[in-house]
Amino acid sequence: MAGKPNYFDEMLGHNGQARAPYADYCDWFNGEDTARLLEKSEEAEALFRLIGVTFNVYGDPDATERLIPFDLVPRIIAAREWAKVAKGIEQRVRALNAFLHDIYHRQEIIRAGRLPAEMIARNDAFLPQMIGVSPPGDIYTHIVGTDLVRTGDDEFFVLEDNARTPSGVSYMLENRETMLHMFPELFSKIKVQSVSQYPRNLRRSLAACAPNACLGKPTLAVLTPGIHNSAYYEHAFIADQMNAELVEGHDLRVIDGRVAMRTTRGYKPIDVLYRRVDDDYLDPLNFNPDSMLGVPGIMDVYRAGGITIANAPGTGIADDKAIYSYMPDIVEFYTGEKAILKNVPTHRCSEPEALKYVLDNLADLVVKEVHGSGGYGMLVGPASSKKEIAAFRAKLEANPGNYIAQPTLALSTVPILTDAGLAPRHVDLRPFVLVSPDRIEITPGGLTRVALTDGSLVVNSSQGGGTKDTWVLEE
Amino acid sequence: MLGKTAGGLFWMFRYLERAENTARMIDAGLRISLTRSSAAESEWTSILSSTGLRDSYTAAHGAPDGPKIIDFLLRDPNNPGSIMAGIEEARMNARVVRTALTREVWEAVNECYMVLKKILAHPVQDRELPRVLQVIRQRSAFVRGALHGSMVRNHMYNFARIGTFFERADNTARILDQKYYILLPSVRLVGSPSDNVQWETILRATSTTRAYQTLHDGDFDPRAIAQFLILDGRLPRSLAFCYAKIGENLGFISREYDHPQTCDALAESLCAKFRAHDMNAIFDYGLHEFIGDFLRDSTTLGRQIEIDYRFIE
Repeated sequence: MAGKPNYFDEMLGHNGQARAPYADYCDWFNGEDTARLLEKSEEAEALFRLIGVTFNVYGDPDATERLIPFDLVPRIIAAREWAKVAKGIEQRVRALNAFLHDIYHRQEIIRAGRLPAEMIARNDAFLPQMIGVSPPGDIYTHIVGTDLVRTGDDEFFVLEDNARTPSGVSYMLENRETMLHMFPELFSKIKVQSVSQYPRNLRRSLAACAPNACLGKPTLAVLTPGIHNSAYYEHAFIADQMNAELVEGHDLRVIDGRVAMRTTRGYKPIDVLYRRVDDDYLDPLNFNPDSMLGVPGIMDVYRAGGITIANAPGTGIADDKAIYSYMPDIVEFYTGEKAILKNVPTHRCSEPEALKYVLDNLADLVVKEVHGSGGYGMLVGPASSKKEIAAFRAKLEANPGNYIAQPTLALSTVPILTDAGLAPRHVDLRPFVLVSPDRIEITPGGLTRVALTDGSLVVNSSQGGGTKDTWVLEE
Repeated sequence: MLGKTAGGLFWMFRYLERAENTARMIDAGLRISLTRSSAAESEWTSILSSTGLRDSYTAAHGAPDGPKIIDFLLRDPNNPGSIMAGIEEARMNARVVRTALTREVWEAVNECYMVLKKILAHPVQDRELPRVLQVIRQRSAFVRGALHGSMVRNHMYNFARIGTFFERADNTARILDQKYYILLPSVRLVGSPSDNVQWETILRATSTTRAYQTLHDGDFDPRAIAQFLILDGRLPRSLAFCYAKIGENLGFISREYDHPQTCDALAESLCAKFRAHDMNAIFDYGLHEFIGDFLRDSTTLGRQIEIDYRFIE
């Protein structure tokens, strides 16, 4: 690519002057000693280790527990900026739920010719077992993490919808706790909207979707694949914070049409199961027969209204990157409004013309697998060698339907603290959304992920990215 | 509470207690080898037997050798019974039951793990050993302290306590099982000076030397030592004390659940034995047989607790 693109820096804008949301923070920062802040940085790391905010790395037995690096310069968003983003997310999540209901029922969107039938019929993430099933309260996506990127003052794009099992909310909460612990004076000076209500809201939101079989106060549980899962810390954290049991498949069994957990006093039915196990592993009788992580027969209980599973099985189809490319149509179809948040222009490699364009421009594009996540199996053209591009080209040509391509966005930057002072790094944002029959709640802010390497656009923690506390200012 | 969680709490505290006890035994062995090197080899052998690791040590290293045994018990990655392995197990159980623990307890056990992982990363130098053993005992005590200071007194606390006392009684009984012959009344008549050291070793391995001396005016007497470790209700490491606590904690749980269990009756019959017997009766019955019965009964009780409270399916 020719020349260095002019990235939008959220602290300094395009002209190097502190933007309004950062004014108070910059005042404070300028009065601070960098050496003291670097010490604080180490203090934060020790704190994270002690609390055990770690993640496991697959296929790396020697480093089973790692920290996600935490940068202590917050990412700051003005109330006005946030209001618009939140409105756009709400609209999108509403549309996603309606879409999921539709494709598992009458498929009006296909009948109307707005979405090709093969997008659903030939999609592995579409679960035929969900056809005709209406989850309690008609909610499919109880918990959503909409990934956003910013390219300018008023330019936000949705990168991914993450309607299946978004992770990272524990980092949002622990990052804030850590900042409050380390810089109490900042929070008395700058009024930041709270995030700590999230676990309570999650509990209420899930309880509001209790199944018909639930007679009294709903019993909630979080289903984890176990302590070796990369996100185990988060599973335990969420269960702890919302006062639910943390269960594994072997704690559960189907008894009298309910899914029950083995307690010290016998089996007790669960009403709402917040599962952090993928569809495939949820039920060996209905899906992958080799799964040891799920509960044999849970899908039958689910279909009979004996338990609520959050998020609903089959929501993964909304995370499909080919479906993503239709999101502007999907939003318009179900809400009757233009999408407030923009989609990144997406080339579907299944289409011959698009494929030709992508193959001709590989060096400038980001190419992703339609079912991929976590930054695995993707090509970032501008950051790849000729050899890497050639290897990827072969994979793409062998199975074009498996890929989509997008232009490389000029992701905004926010400074991180380095030994040499502040230095800009690219960021994205994952706000966390809770959906219940009577409301959609979006926690102000979310998880900011930051690429720690200068110039890198890959923010995924599995690829060496870090996180920041995200502040949405009070009005 | 999940059955798995009850089991996790029980085992977390068993493993912590076990690591701490192994540190006490190393301390006793070290003392002997420093003060009476001729007796060292048989002492190390008896310590290996008390920890139940004699066979696996012999298979890996052959003849007893102080430094090798110390490393084996402290940190040998091939020894699942090492102190480090025990602390790792305790922490793994703590992660499984994280939602049942207060943040204080979790952080104490996590920090215990992090500190020991560091100081046991390499073989411990002789001159560092006393300090390392002290850190192990201290870190384990911190976890116990956090439990006392921060946990609600309900079934979760009770299962943690049962794990501690179960392991502690087991440990005291295993030491007695190895050493019963020097505590027999006939030994007093023989009165050889070596026995004095042996008696001290027993007390040292249970960290009860000072307590014993306070209560017995410094007189080493085998009957009094046996009485002290088996029946003395004032000593927190005696069998009678530990079982009174186990009975008490099981009682709290069954009252909380309003449902008496088979394990309650088993624990009560063990407690009753300690109440009903004095040392004369135990010696008449046979000290070795009494300890053997106890170890069998406690294994049965452990299994019954596991069944009654559904630790596993």
